[in-house]
Amino acid sequence: MTQFYTRMGDGKRVLMTREQMINDLQAGMADAADMGGVPDLSSNELEMILEIITDRNRVVGVEPGNEVVLTYDIGQLDFTGDNGNSGNGVDVGRLESALLHERALAADTFELAHADYSIKPVKPIISNEMQTMEQIQQQITVPYFYGAMPNAGLYYAPDGPYGNPADLMREFKIEEAMAAAELTADHLARDIEYVATRMMSAGADGFNFDTTASAGDADFVGTLKGAGALRKACPDAYIMIGMAGESVMGIHGSIEYDGSIVAGTYPHQQVKFAQKAGANVFGPVVNTNTSKSLAWNLARAVTFVKECVNVSDIPCHVNMGMGVGGIPMCETAPLDALTRCNKAMVEIAKVDGI
Amino acid sequence: MAVPHYMTSGMGGIRSAGDLVARMQFSKNMKIEKAKEYVAKKLGISTLEIADEHIMRELREELKIGVVTGVPGAPRGIAAKMNIEKLLGIKINSCEIFRQKTKG
Repeated sequence: MTQFYTRMGDGKRVLMTREQMINDLQAGMADAADMGGVPDLSSNELEMILEIITDRNRVVGVEPGNEVVLTYDIGQLDFTGDNGNSGNGVDVGRLESALLHERALAADTFELAHADYSIKPVKPIISNEMQTMEQIQQQITVPYFYGAMPNAGLYYAPDGPYGNPADLMREFKIEEAMAAAELTADHLARDIEYVATRMMSAGADGFNFDTTASAGDADFVGTLKGAGALRKACPDAYIMIGMAGESVMGIHGSIEYDGSIVAGTYPHQQVKFAQKAGANVFGPVVNTNTSKSLAWNLARAVTFVKECVNVSDIPCHVNMGMGVGGIPMCETAPLDALTRCNKAMVEIAKVDGI
Repeated sequence: MAVPHYMTSGMGGIRSAGDLVARMQFSKNMKIEKAKEYVAKKLGISTLEIADEHIMRELREELKIGVVTGVPGAPRGIAAKMNIEKLLGIKINSCEIFRQKTKG
């Protein structure tokens, strides 16, 4: 029986038959449809994914005319960062990095980032960041954002002023845990407004809220409120809200945005909150299961994202990095797997960007 | 990540018209097809051609909207973005701030 080289969710290369892949495609799709309450893919769409995965070429690509826009997270840290961000450890300046992305790496957009890539640590050095933004905007042509993770975890003890909900819940102090999460959401929103409006006054095209809701539902609500404040203060700002995971963790459990509970929501529901907050682009995330095959993970990711794109009134740029969007969870994402996931997201889920 | 994603499906930034399509997505919430159609119409070419480096390299220099290779005298950065504003009929924040600073 013919076998094809493919990958597991941890990146390991394995051999699978066409029949095994079909079974995994159906199981991955069913998992997403069941968890998210979203429609199945059609048999034709599953066949298209199978065709992409079993392509004998090392690298695949979309048909001419199907190209999409690329946006980025972590800015120059992909050069300067360590392996935690799959960074290269090359100590290049932020101006040089931005121009290299524009002129050597074919970037459609790019962003400026703080080394810690979080809202909170930007505050004490806001003037430094504003000066750098002003200078790079003189030289760069592509849309150039400021990017940071909302990262509400930095507002909880021992790093921040509020009690840590995880510790408080262990002590059965449920109400205190919820109150700490609510205070954090409001504090985060204030900090986002402070940082984002100043970066706009320095000439930023907009703001990229990356890895939103990494600290759960209060992180999401704080980000939405902060993005809403930015939209009000700067009506023309380019706002992108990208998520941390496929489902919002209920650390608080019942915190609401615009009258709706955000905990437990999936991409096709999250995008509606992002729209209400004033985002121009939403970045859905679907996490990779390292124990499952590429076929399973990709079918699952495409099922979630296709519905998100379907219901969205704004463009969707799906997150396609290490361990998301069907791509294996490893530092150096294999080229064969990455290009297959990219093509499937563009041509089947019909994303507007990556 | 940047290179394989570009090679699979990226528009190519200022190698072609990727930055222009991105600006329409972000400034007007246009989905990809609508944004490409808008940009193609403004450039007077087809939606297939806006991602064609061979066509866009010359067109970008002619329109003074920034080219990917080093051409002395060809506008880049804020000068190119001011021309992009006129081409696409949008306002760009860094250009607005530049104008405010240079007002007499």
